[in-house]
Order: sequence, then structure tokens, then C-alpha cells
Amino acid sequence: MSAPLATRLWLAQRASAAVLALCVAVHLATMITAVRGGLSATEILNRTRGSLGWATFYGLFVLAVSIHVPIGLRTVAAEWLGWRGGRADAACAVFGIALLLLGALAIAAVTR
Amino acid sequence: MTPTRWRNRGQTAYWAFLVHRVSGLLLAVFLPVHFLVLARALRGEAALASFLRWSQTPLVEASEVALVFLLAAHCTGGLRLLFIEWGGWRREAQPALLALAGGAAAFCALAFALNLF
Repeated sequence: MSAPLATRLWLAQRASAAVLALCVAVHLATMITAVRGGLSATEILNRTRGSLGWATFYGLFVLAVSIHVPIGLRTVAAEWLGWRGGRADAACAVFGIALLLLGALAIAAVTR
Repeated sequence: MTPTRWRNRGQTAYWAFLVHRVSGLLLAVFLPVHFLVLARALRGEAALASFLRWSQTPLVEASEVALVFLLAAHCTGGLRLLFIEWGGWRREAQPALLALAGGAAAFCALAFALNLF
């Protein structure tokens, strides 16, 4: 792998981690408070449906996840399984794109 | 896994590395499932409600607590790494950072469990 690509992936991994730290903190706080007294579909959807704020937040969350996860998987695949090169990179990229699409679907489902 | 990593397994930082990596892998497996469950709402509130009713069993709820711990542990472990890389490596600060990361993760899982059960 060329050095500039390695540097770009390293930076993308760390930048997405910084965004995710904030998103996960908000998500954890929301989950911890939301489960009090039981979790219902009505409660979840009342909070999120029609909310531009939650749609934006989860959009940012999913985007950061879709960048962070495949880069992490790529590192694990190389270090633990010895899977390197174009095919491993492509598989990780496909997983990232799948996460992005599934995440977008989930956001649409709970915020539309 | 390389022999070098196994030689370091006695160090706390090695276990922190292992927790970070394993939690990341498990979360990567969980995420598509999580998104697909939420996407059930596209078929209406009843579809999501039926899944939530199914999930109200001790085994699933215990798994949810474990997932909250994994998420919090990966987050706090990641913050520790960001601090090391961007804030400068301070060897003497590592035990406190590791304890803080583990404690915060345990706190989140416990708070979630106390509200859930």
C-alpha cells in the first residue's frame, strides 16, 4: 500500500473515531434514559419521527460508522488473518457501503 | 496473531488492546442486525413493536446489557488511544486512563441494566 493511502486511512480512522466518541456518548445517554420503564416502538418513533435534529445526528453517526468500521476491519484482517491486498480492501469497502445503505434505511424508517 | 503480541499478554495495555479489538469486531457484526431491526419501522410501528416484544426475554436483555458494555468499552478505549496518539504518550498516566476507561464502561452497562430490569 502506498504511504499516502495509509496516511489517509489512518487520519480517516482517527477523525471518524473523534466524531463517534461524541455520537456514542449521546447514544448511550439516550439508551440509558429511554429504557427506564420499558422501551416501546411508540416511544422511540415519537422521539424520532419528523425530527430533523435526530435525522441529522443519526446521519452523521452512520456516516462516521461507515468510515470507521471498514478501516478497522481491514487492520484486523491484515494482522490476525493475514488478509491483505486488493480483495481484502474491496471486501472491507463493500462492508462499509452496506453499513451506509442499511444505516440510511434505518434512519429513514425511524425519522420519516 | 504475531508472537510479539503474545509476549506482551501479561501487560494491562495488552488486555486493553484485546478488549478494544474484540468489542470492535462484535459491534461490527451487530450493527447490520441493529439497522435491519430499526428498518422494520418502514413497515409500520406494529412491525417494530412486535420485535421489541420478542426482545423482552432475559437472554436478549442480558445481551443488550453486554452490547452496551461493549459499545462503552470500545468508546472509552478508543478515547484512550486518541489521547495517547494526539495528546502525547505519558506512561505514568496509563494505569489511570485504563481504570477510567474500564470504570466508565462498567458504569454505562450498570446504569443501563438498572433501568432495564
